[in-house]
Amino acid sequence: MSTASKTLVVIPAYNEAEALPSTLGELRSDQPSLDVVVIDDGSADSTADVARTMGVRVVQLPFNLGVGGAVRTGLRYSAEHGYHRTVVFDADGQHSPDAITDLVAAIDAGADMAVGSRFAGAETTYVTGRGRRRAMRLLSRIVRWSTGRTFTDTTSGFRAFNHEATDMLARRYPVEYLADTVEVLVMMCHDGYDVVEVPVTMRPRTRGAPSSRSIKLVINYLRLLIGILASAWRPRTQKERNP
Amino acid sequence: MSTTVHILVALGALVTILHILRLVRLNQLRSKYALLWLVIAALLLPLAVAPGLLEWASESVGVYYAPTTFLVLAVGFLFLVAVHYSWELSRLEAKVRSLAEGLALLQAEEAERNARADG
Repeated sequence: MSTASKTLVVIPAYNEAEALPSTLGELRSDQPSLDVVVIDDGSADSTADVARTMGVRVVQLPFNLGVGGAVRTGLRYSAEHGYHRTVVFDADGQHSPDAITDLVAAIDAGADMAVGSRFAGAETTYVTGRGRRRAMRLLSRIVRWSTGRTFTDTTSGFRAFNHEATDMLARRYPVEYLADTVEVLVMMCHDGYDVVEVPVTMRPRTRGAPSSRSIKLVINYLRLLIGILASAWRPRTQKERNP
Repeated sequence: MSTTVHILVALGALVTILHILRLVRLNQLRSKYALLWLVIAALLLPLAVAPGLLEWASESVGVYYAPTTFLVLAVGFLFLVAVHYSWELSRLEAKVRSLAEGLALLQAEEAERNARADG
């Protein structure tokens, strides 16, 4: 089966020159058969050069677009190059390369999107602050109210998409800062895509700060709510079921 | 209001019209915005020349203090313009984002092609 070579790992990276070598090194030794593309999101440091030295492909955005924009660029890359599956992977070493196998397996089992969840598994060792935990629970509740489905980890950026979902998201991926992960969940559920959660273990990030400062967080949650309401109102683009 | 004020306002409206026409001539203002501001200036001009118009309009809709009519209209209009600009900015941002993504993808493709040609 040559399918393994048809998977693309998209790594959005913003000022991750320090973390990238170990992340990419680990990825290569654990998942040597996967193609990797780093989306340099207008970094001020040597992110793009580091990635090139590590021998992976690099797409360099002319200025910072935010995670959503970087992910969408990666999905466009994947769609243009005809990959069967696309995995979005963190640059800072939070995600473990082994878990990609589980996400890909879920896609091969028929899911359109597989979300790696820190909290779905038996061993929920991932430690979070209390404020963050409360925020995550709130998000989970909002998503349940909007889609009728329960997801334990709505903000996980560790995701895999089949080519159908990739094609759709390459055009419609929401690019608002921080809202992208949750909004994609809502959008995909509303449009009738098959979304599954896959338990994964995540490590506390090795370097860099978590992408949430408390003042900005409130504004971002309000923006997110608007985004979710909007995508609940938007006219459906039902997924075409091809047998 | 004194005659001096009327003359000043009328002059202001005239200068606005001339300035906007100049911007259009220099291709620095899209005609749709030019039209908008020209209409405003054209509406202000007769009001400045004949203040009786404002009094008459206020009386006929039942507003006792004529300047209120003017202020309500002005604020309402500026509000609409601001909403329109937010909308326009959102669209522009979406377009710029999409272009930036497209450019990055093209450059990556180019680099890959060059690397293949060299190797």
